Amino acid sequence: MIIGLDVGGTHTDVVLLGPGGLENRVKVLTDPTNLFSTVLTGLDKITEKIDPQQITRVVLSTTLTTNAIVEDKLSAVGMIVTCGPGIHPDNYRIGKHFYIVDGGIDHSGREIQSIDETQVMDAVQKMVSDGVSHVGVVGKFSTRNPDHETKICNLIDSYFEKIFPGHRVSGNFSFPRRIATTYLNASIYPIHRAFFEAVKKSLTEKDINAPIFILKADGGTMDFDTSIDFPGQSILSGPAASVMGSVAFADDPAETIVLDIGGTTTDMAVLINRVPVLVPNGIEINHFKTLIRALHTSSVGLGGDSAVRFGPDGLTIGPDRLGPAMAYGGNVPTPTDALFVLGRAKDGNLENAVMGIQTIASEMGVSPEEAAIRIFDETCRLILGKAAEMVEKINSKPVYTVREALEGHQINPSHLLVLGGPAPFFAEHFKKISDFKVDIVPQWDVANAIGTALSRTTCEVTLFVDTYRCKAIAPEENVSESINPRITIAEVRAMAHELLVKKALREGAVPGEFETDVLEEMEFNMIRNFQLIGRNIRIKMQVRPGLMHDYNEITSMINNKPRETN
Amino acid sequence: MLKAKHQTGLVFFPAFDWAISPTHPEREERLLYTQDQIMEEGLLDINGLHEYKAEVVEISDVQRVHFCVPDPWKVMTESHFISAGGAKTIGKAVMDKKIERGFALVRPPGHHAMRVVHGGRGFCNVNNEAIMIEHLRHAYGVKRVAIIDTDCHHGDGTQDIYWHDKDTLFVSIHQDGRTLYPGSGAAEEAGGPNAYGTTLNIPLPPYTSQEGFLYVIQEAILPILEDFKPDLIVNSAGQDNHFTDPLTNMNFCAQGYARMTSLLKPDIAVLEGGYSIEGALPYVNVGIILALAGIDYCHVCEPDYNADNLRQTPEITADVKMAAQRALKTYQNREQTRAMRIGDKKFDERRRSIFYDTDGIYENQFETLQLCRECSGSFKIDSRADTGAHVLCVHIPVNACPECIETANQWYEGADLKKFDAIFLQNRPEDTYRVRKK
Repeated sequence: MIIGLDVGGTHTDVVLLGPGGLENRVKVLTDPTNLFSTVLTGLDKITEKIDPQQITRVVLSTTLTTNAIVEDKLSAVGMIVTCGPGIHPDNYRIGKHFYIVDGGIDHSGREIQSIDETQVMDAVQKMVSDGVSHVGVVGKFSTRNPDHETKICNLIDSYFEKIFPGHRVSGNFSFPRRIATTYLNASIYPIHRAFFEAVKKSLTEKDINAPIFILKADGGTMDFDTSIDFPGQSILSGPAASVMGSVAFADDPAETIVLDIGGTTTDMAVLINRVPVLVPNGIEINHFKTLIRALHTSSVGLGGDSAVRFGPDGLTIGPDRLGPAMAYGGNVPTPTDALFVLGRAKDGNLENAVMGIQTIASEMGVSPEEAAIRIFDETCRLILGKAAEMVEKINSKPVYTVREALEGHQINPSHLLVLGGPAPFFAEHFKKISDFKVDIVPQWDVANAIGTALSRTTCEVTLFVDTYRCKAIAPEENVSESINPRITIAEVRAMAHELLVKKALREGAVPGEFETDVLEEMEFNMIRNFQLIGRNIRIKMQVRPGLMHDYNEITSMINNKPRETN
Repeated sequence: MLKAKHQTGLVFFPAFDWAISPTHPEREERLLYTQDQIMEEGLLDINGLHEYKAEVVEISDVQRVHFCVPDPWKVMTESHFISAGGAKTIGKAVMDKKIERGFALVRPPGHHAMRVVHGGRGFCNVNNEAIMIEHLRHAYGVKRVAIIDTDCHHGDGTQDIYWHDKDTLFVSIHQDGRTLYPGSGAAEEAGGPNAYGTTLNIPLPPYTSQEGFLYVIQEAILPILEDFKPDLIVNSAGQDNHFTDPLTNMNFCAQGYARMTSLLKPDIAVLEGGYSIEGALPYVNVGIILALAGIDYCHVCEPDYNADNLRQTPEITADVKMAAQRALKTYQNREQTRAMRIGDKKFDERRRSIFYDTDGIYENQFETLQLCRECSGSFKIDSRADTGAHVLCVHIPVNACPECIETANQWYEGADLKKFDAIFLQNRPEDTYRVRKK
């Protein structure tokens, strides 16, 4: 049996999946000041009457690292950065212990300035005396040639507890993003490690020895060991949990928009034939732009608890939340209150809801019912408008080949999948005001935890081959090999595939249970003085985000089983 | 955190699947390392820098500028439609005030493409800048435009298109035509009689370095721009003046290009040539983008740059000075020269031979221009190529006076179709393109 646990802002959802489908579900209140006790309470409750030996897998999606970044509770780490020509790395200064040392690699991986070891050791000395124990090492174009980073790592290895080399985080370009990502990995490492070691310990105490997996922002999972080297990948896994909980219910083939409607925000994502669309570069969180793989999600300030106002510009919904709906003791009218007035929502204080909507209605000069209809309609239309903007944004991504420019796929979703607390009410109205086929995700209020439980391990590998230099480099995998200059693109693809499979298995994938995709494949003839001197080949492959093979059975059971109300 | 002083747009279209031929300088690999450098520097993440997707240019946009023989589809590949479309996208973004400045980093280039197009010349088939500018004139009513062509090769195509247009200032700085393709671009070439002095050529001796280029910008081009007062400044940003370029003999550098850009302050820059794909383009393009955005570029520098090796001789300095002064004088005396050259003549005629080196086509042109003090003057071009094509091209300028419109219509209607494969009428005031065919 699998446990899936998703920590949300207000609630933490826990599910137990097994031969009977959704065997159990638990909702506990999130204590943001003590996530550890929140997680433990959730795990305690879900395992109450279960034989611990039956649990084969525990998957967690927490807000631990996300909160640490948003609340600026990052531990002090050191950074050693080399650069070469271009924008000066002083512009990317981050943290108090940021050292720029000589050393430069050009766009083709050639050394243009050697490392100054004295400068490196000076930096080490200062950081040691400042009590730094975790250090990131990043160079421009280190993905093209990691030698400088590796050399610095070796030089400083014995002085610090853990070193984070930049070239391992991603095969993608962007020196500033590599700096930010490495910095985040290093600075959330201590809390991430302490937290999950504690979780692991308490599970062991309960005699649960199943492996722990951690959900990533790209909708995949990683095992505990991988997460220790790359804790940044756990940032913003929340939206991914909901999207993965919807994947099984999307049509295939079809393009689907997933809408997770919460109290404060609605999170949106796009699925193409059940595969989520990823962002081109990586997560952006606070002022950090990173290389952390993530689903293309968009969060808008529109939800059940958005503040409703009527002013000179007419009716406005959100983007702020000023507390719960008045039906639940709040002070400001919300779309949820409109649902009460319309007789759709129950189990709350109807009188307060009516009072709230009445104030808006009198400002609008209409009846409370009319106001409620307009508030709810406007909320739904705004959400659909934002969804269209996201689709437009995905479609307007620049392309660099004639083929893509002329035949490039433009997504045009026809299916809406709705989940989150008020999903059924919204779904009904979306049907009325749009041409979408609209469905509600079964178990819509714990779909996020189900998604967490069933997500497979994902990973990515980038391989650069330069047949002139007879080199193959896979920076993320720390591979740098000599190759035969006559290597064919098919052989390079096979090499990338082999690296990818190895990485996936190492990070927790189940053999035979994953699909791989070629995300990028380019081959260029290198011509100098009108002579062909070699070929430049670039291949990027991924293990596609998706659900474990068991999911078919489980989700079909979830689908058929009438929903119990708790 | 880095922030652009000027909101700056970028269209990047490297056409990674298009080449003139496998080993041609204009091949798939050309902007590969430039892409790598731009992406690795994280330029597109900078606050105030925006990337736009290149659109596909419309046939009507092409026909506003060119007479394509036999038609646009025969002389253009898909990549030309997107490259010109990229320039158009940036132009529109500037006019819509989404950005203050923009750079179309696109290929294939366009500045050797002339008004009449039988095929490819100097790696160019259609003129990206002209297609963009004429679209902006049509859609936004832009009137006065200045084009500063800083490619190492003379921008003979753009010069040809604007030869008779007094509302477009075209200035080309390039390696002296006696030493480099296409051979033209002497100081004497300064526009037709109606528009004399709004075409200016500043040929520079081989091995001119940063000092010389910046002198020309500061001492000739900036004062001329100041006087001309364009609504829009366009830079044909060729990057082959670089000291590592394999096709040319100049000594310019990335710092120089960036400095030149910050002096010129173009609203729109469009990439032209530049074939030192590893040693120059990655650095020059980063320099230009930073300069456009108003971000410090002082650390952008080629790994093998050495200022001492690139100093120009005193002889070069003297030649540069003379070329700059001469252009200034031609511009200042333009009204008198025009009056003198128009005199009391009604028409001006010229015969030309044009070679399309990329496609190996010879063309003979016989042009008749209506001399006019009111407008830029209608003209017709009788064009015959060794492909066998023989066409008559009639052009009515945007600012045409009634008399010139009348003449052009007579030319178009009155021409004997037995003599030509096709007769074209480019009617800019009406924004129409008409064809008479057998």
